[in-house]
This record gives sequence, C-alpha cells and structure tokens, in this order.
Amino acid sequence: MTAIRKERQGQDMALTAGIVALIVVFSLLPMVRLLQEIILPGGRFSLDIIRLGLIDETTWRATWNTLVVGLGGTLFALVLGVAVAILVSMSNVRQRQAFVLCFVTPLMIAPQVTALAWLQLFGPSSPLLNMLGMAPPLGTRNPLYSPEGIVFLLGIQYAPLVFLIVRAGMRKLPRELVEAAQSSGAGWVRVLGTIILPLMTPSIVGAAALTFVSCVGNFGIPAFLGIPANYLVLPTLIYQRLAGGGPAVLSEVAFLSVLIGVIAMIGIVMQDRIASRRDFRITSTSLPAAPYQLGVWRLPVEFGMWALIALILVLPLVGLILTSLVRGYGVTLTAETATLENYYFVIFQHAAASRAFLNSLYLSAGASIFAVFVAIPLGYVIAWGNKRWIKALNLAIELPYALPGVVLAIASLLLFLKPMPITGIQIYNTVWIILYAYLARFLILAVRPTITGYFQLDRALEEAARVAGAGLFMRMRTIIFPLIAPAAIAGGLLIFMTALCELTVSALLWSSGSETIGVVIFSFEQGGDSKYAAAVSAIMVATTFLLMLLASLFANKLPDGVLPWRD
Amino acid sequence: MAGLSINNVTKAFGETKALDDVSIDVADGEFLAVLGPSGCGKTTLLRMIAGFETVTGGNIRIGDREVSSAEANTPPEKRRVGIVFQNYALWPHMTVSENIGYALKVARVSKTEREERVGNALALVNMEQYGDRRPANLSGGQRQRVALARCLVAEPRLVLFDEPLANLDVHLRASMEDEFADFHKRTGTTILYITHDQAEAMALADRIAVMDHGRLMQLATPRELYHEPANEMVASFISQGMVLPADVETEEADGQCRVRVLGQELVVRCRKGEKPRKDARICCRASQIESVGASQPGFEGTITRAVYRGGSARVEFEPAVASHLGLHFDQLDPVSFEAGQRARLAITSGWLIPADGAA
Repeated sequence: MTAIRKERQGQDMALTAGIVALIVVFSLLPMVRLLQEIILPGGRFSLDIIRLGLIDETTWRATWNTLVVGLGGTLFALVLGVAVAILVSMSNVRQRQAFVLCFVTPLMIAPQVTALAWLQLFGPSSPLLNMLGMAPPLGTRNPLYSPEGIVFLLGIQYAPLVFLIVRAGMRKLPRELVEAAQSSGAGWVRVLGTIILPLMTPSIVGAAALTFVSCVGNFGIPAFLGIPANYLVLPTLIYQRLAGGGPAVLSEVAFLSVLIGVIAMIGIVMQDRIASRRDFRITSTSLPAAPYQLGVWRLPVEFGMWALIALILVLPLVGLILTSLVRGYGVTLTAETATLENYYFVIFQHAAASRAFLNSLYLSAGASIFAVFVAIPLGYVIAWGNKRWIKALNLAIELPYALPGVVLAIASLLLFLKPMPITGIQIYNTVWIILYAYLARFLILAVRPTITGYFQLDRALEEAARVAGAGLFMRMRTIIFPLIAPAAIAGGLLIFMTALCELTVSALLWSSGSETIGVVIFSFEQGGDSKYAAAVSAIMVATTFLLMLLASLFANKLPDGVLPWRD
Repeated sequence: MAGLSINNVTKAFGETKALDDVSIDVADGEFLAVLGPSGCGKTTLLRMIAGFETVTGGNIRIGDREVSSAEANTPPEKRRVGIVFQNYALWPHMTVSENIGYALKVARVSKTEREERVGNALALVNMEQYGDRRPANLSGGQRQRVALARCLVAEPRLVLFDEPLANLDVHLRASMEDEFADFHKRTGTTILYITHDQAEAMALADRIAVMDHGRLMQLATPRELYHEPANEMVASFISQGMVLPADVETEEADGQCRVRVLGQELVVRCRKGEKPRKDARICCRASQIESVGASQPGFEGTITRAVYRGGSARVEFEPAVASHLGLHFDQLDPVSFEAGQRARLAITSGWLIPADGAA
C-alpha cells in the first residue's frame, strides 16, 4: 500500500511541480527581475533610477501623452462598443451573426496593420483618394499623424473588445427585470437608462479597464501615427531609447516600463473599486429580453450599422490592398499601373521579409502548441484541483498578459542579456528570446478557454476513469485530453493569430536574423516603403481570415464563447 | 466479491459534519440501499467508499483491506470498486465497446481477452449489437446498461450505484429496477445503492440504511423499517408514517403492550422489555386508522381535507384533543367524507417507538 500511495503521489507531485516551475519561469521570474533592476540595481538597494526617471522631462511628457491617448481611446471604444452592443442585444436588427463577425474582425487584425491601412486611406499618396482625384497635394501631412488620429484608431481597434464583454453581460440579463420595468410603465429609453445600463455597470467598467490597459500598452498605433509627428507615448519612448542606446539604457527603460505597468494597474484597481461599490449581482438566469421593435427605424439603423462596417473594416482594407498594388510613391493607381510586384518582392526577393514569414510562423506555431499542451494540465489543476494556493498562483499567469507587452519585453531583455547561469546558453539576440516572451505572454489565451471547457465538462467522466483503475497520467491522456482538446486548440488558434503579426514584444527583442512579420511591416513603413508594408499586411489579413474560417468549421465542438467572433 | 465495512466514519467540512459516526456492515453479496432525504450525507458516504473523499475519523474496509482511515487513503484507481453514476458518465469520445473495455485496457489485459470480456459484459446487459455505437446515439436506458456493463467488466469487489434511476422517466425506472434486481441475482455482486426514493430501495435492497443529517438512523430489512421503525425520523420518513404521543400502560408481553393514544386505549406491537412510561411515541400507518361508530372506542375530530384520488380518497383529520396533530387515512369508494365534517376515528394497531431510538 505504501508503494501505491507513493506512485499516486508521484504523479500528483510531478504535475504540481511542473506547474509551479512553469509559473515561476514564465511569470514570476521576469516580473521579479524587472523590479530588482529598478530598486536593487547591481544587488544594492538604490532609488537613483527612479529619481533619474522622475526628473526627466521626457518621461513626464510621454506619461501625459500615454494617459491622454489611453483615456481618449478608451472613451471612444466604450461609446462605440456599448452602443453597438445595445443595438445587437436589445433590438430586432437582422443579420446579427454576420454583423458581429464583421464588427469584431478589427480585433483580430494586428494594430499596426490597422494603423497602416488607415494611413493609406488619407494623405497625399492615398491610392483611393488619387483614384478619385481627391488626394491632397504631395507634401501635405497625413491628418492621422496626430493624437486625435491615435485616439480614433485605438477606439476602433478596441471597440470590439468592449462590445464582446458588454454583449456577454447583456446575454445574462434576465428578461423579467426588463419586463418588470416595462409593466411599471417605463418606456424603452427609460428602461435602458434606469435598468439595463446600471445593471451592465460591471461589464462596462470591466471592459473600460481592459481597454484602458490595452490602449496604454499599445505600441503599433502610436508607433505608426505618433513617431512621425514626434508625439511619443511610453511604449514608443522605450522603443526609441532602446533603439538609440542599446543595452546601456536598459535600467532607464526598465523604469519606464514599470511606469506603464503602474498606470495599467491603476486602471485595474479602479475597476475593482467601482465594481464593488454597489450590488450588481443578477440572481436569476432566464431567457433574454424580447428585442425592442425598431419599426420604421429598423432599415435606417441597419443601414447605419453596415455603413459603420464599411467605414471601420472595408474602407481601410481597400486602402491597404490598393496601396499594395501601387508601383511607386505618387504613381496614380489604374488598371494598367496595378502590379503584383510588391507581393513578389516581399515573399521572394527581400531576404529579411521572407525570413520573417518563417520566423513568425515558427514562433506562433511554437507558442500555440506549447500553450495547448500546457493549458490542459494547468486548467485541470485550476478548475478541478483542490489546492487553493495554486489558484492564487494562477493570477500570476494573468500578469504577463494583463500588463502591457512592453513590460514583459523589457523584463525578458533583463533576464537574458547575460548568458543563462550554469548552462552558459545565450538567447539574447536570437529568436529564442522572442519565443520565451511569446510563451509567457500568450499562455493565458489558451488557459482561459480551457478552464471554461473544464467547467462545462462533467467531472464524473474523470471519476469513472479513476474507478476503472486509471492513474493521473493515463486519465490525462485517454479521457481528459480528448475531451478538452477542442477548447484548448481554439485557444491555441487565438494565440497563433495574435502572435503571427505581433509587434510590441518583437520590436524590442528582434535582431538581424530573428525578424518577425510585425517588425518587417514596421521597418518598411519607417523606411517609407508603404507599398511593401501594405503587401505584407494584406497577406497577413488574408491569413487571419483563413484562420478564422478554419476555426469556425469546428465551432460546434467548442464550448460557448471560445471564438470571440461567433455570436 | 467482498464485503464492506464502514466503522465509526466521520467526515467534517470545516465546522459542519457531513457524516457523524456512521457504521455499516455490508455482507459479501448483499444488496444494501442507503436511503435518505437530500443533504443527509449519502452521496458523501458513497464518495468516501469510492475514495474521492477522505475520512476525518473512523475507517472503511473492503474485504479484509483497510482502504480509508484518517491516516491513509487508497486512491480510487486502486480500490477495484465499480460505480454506476447518476448521469452515466460515459465517455462521449469512445464507442460503447471502448467504454466498457477501458478498465481492461488500463490493466493491460491482452486484446483477445479484452474483446471476449467486453463481449460477455455486453451480453450480460443485452446490448450485444450496440458495441460500435457512440453513447450519444443511445437511449437513457441503454446508456444505463452500458454504464452497468462498464463497471462490471473489471470484476469489481463492490459496485456502488449513485442514484442510477434519478434521470430516467417513470416507465423506464420500473423496468430498470427489474433489471438491477435480476442482475444482482445472477452475479451475486456486493452492491451499495444510494437513493432518495423509498419505493426503489424497498423493491431492490436486502437491507436499507436510512440516513438523516449525517447520522445513520436505522439499518434494517425493508419490512422491519416499515413495521418497526427505530425512531421518529424513520417512522415519519418511511411511507409517511404518523408519529403520535402515547402513554405506555402495561409491560411488554408477547411483543405487545397496551397504550393510550388521543384518549383511546389500544394494543400495539413493541420491543422486548418495554416498561410502562409517559410521553412515549407510537407510529401508525394510514391503513391502521378507520372511522368508527359513536359507541366504539376512538376519538373525535374534524375532517380538514379530502382529496379524491381515484378509487379512494386521502382524508386529513384533526383530532379534537390535539388539533396540531394532522392524521391522514384512506377512504375507499364510495367516498363520503368532506372537509369540515365531524368524525370519530380509531387506531387499530401500531408500533411503539423505542425510547433510545437506536438502530
């Protein structure tokens, strides 16, 4: 019997130890290293780095700018996202599924691709405006190179995020609450203002916090729109410092990245405070409320909704594709001048670009496969385990994703600048440091749907295998893995799509030979080669659409709510 | 096969005790039902026997091996216990045969032997032609049979049933009941059957353990539970027995004694050695109450409700001397009682509930 107990505990302990090691390596270690850099530089306690950072006037300007675009972007995303969520959830508009798919798609497209696409719409070299003969004269500044432009694009990028969260909240709203208000004599506007929106406060506040964190951490949009206007936010300031000074300025940028982390944390804490101020708990679950009949307004509203899609999705993508077909700067695009040379060039001729396609492919495949295989045992321990401290530790996995990507990138740099102890392996300046950062950052994207999957699975299925004599690893392999794999794989696919065009992390970690697609798009645009940047982006958008289609094919095997674009 | 012995088992979740000093012995080959209202601790008991929960005190032995104690807990996968789950818990990604053969595969039984034993198990539950189906394509009763075959194929020492009929409709329930009984007769497996349904427990079990609030109330044969409940809880829980205050007036003689209930004197059955005492309780059934004429021994009262149920009516009655006691009995057609009517009733017989309440 002692042997039996040992064997069982052996498997249990192996699982626990593996998960603890994982959380330490991918979550605690980088965060601790980052903090050590700014308060214990070289092993001695010192506040010099903080002091130097705080007296730097650039720091304050970038912080102010970060807050301005962060709050502005959040506000815009909130207004747009909540309005669309109300329309889709509470009224009788048609073609909901298709609309939701189109509205959520910008979230699936990398921010720098969004930025690039919009830049191609306006400005003197806009093929669309040129075709229409409306382009401003050469040399005119693109109106998007401004704080307003950044706020606008951040809002469009993250409105789908707000929409998804608020929509999920509204689905849970019991119709009795709405009907009770209606039978008390309240009209729809009043119901909306006094019942629906107040009850949605937790969703809206949660969405606001998440959007705020995403906005202040966003690199792609302020990099494309802000750097040309010399309007710097903290992530772009870090990028510029690091690009100019190299590892010598690491301590300095470590402070800046912690500053972003703190700003993001304030957002999260404020959400917590607001959400806990009043009781918003909805006690019953029931059918959703009957949709509001728009009557004669239905057609105009639907028209408006699809016009919105045309504006935020179709138009920029058209701009992107047109630019990718242009022969050169200032050449007006016509049927005769259109060319596929740019695609040929980026795929076959440009060494860094073709390398980047492979790098990004390997990186995202590696990160997503790793995440799928880790998420299943990890989700098992979190969802079905009985160890409380592991659940607490789970919060640590959220950290690398909850905090802006810049924070993790700088932490990874600090961690791997010197060769690793004992082994002496050096991953700085290789593709491996990017892989490390991806693994740490995106793991949670696979863990979340997996946990949802576990909660929807009947635990008796595992218990039946236990009484049949199967040990932990046997159960994992034969029962749990096959049942939970669809959810985990869907999460893996989200990781793949996110990592494929990722820029924030790789912009700070790349080196010659380890370029990613995001970096290549960024470099082309910075070098003035918008047509090449557009070609690469168009390929990536097409890939994203294909992947979404692929995932939708096995959607009916997935737990609800795993694929964000499925309504 | 092996017997099961549960000795002074206690389970505490923090402050609350889910199980309190429960002892049950199940003989080799016996069919024992554990019966109780929801929250009585019967599911916790099953999960402890299976090994999913640890015990806080006491121990559990299967055959001659101790499997649970406060110090050590044999994991479920090493207990050789079979479970038939309430919701079947068939693995949706496997065929019926794969489901049944899983335990053998885990035990590394050779493929030929495995196929033979799976075939036998399928035959045992009359499901031979369904081996290649997926669980999703089976009816509720078929799934239950597959679950039964799955837990039997590994020749467990003990089979636990966790409310196996709760999810089936009424008609299927009756036929599955027959199947379970038949199956127990053929295999002689030791069975512990958890249920909240008295009729089910009565129909199937050799003995029934009645539980309430984490304590064992009585462990006895179905007949004994019905006729000789050990305490008020069992008396009122089983077949809606009525518990009435009584004074014992004579010593036990020949298993009977004389009592006074609601002013009426009568002879009831009782345990050996009962002595005269005040404030005793008797248990009587609806069938042991009848309406009598004014001159006969009995007690007066008012009919509060009469619900016609086809062929008979369930009549509720308040005795004049103790209006808080609700009595009920059945009146066969032609039903004459109506609410508000005065009536005189008599108790014809009953059981004196023992003073100590021990099983």
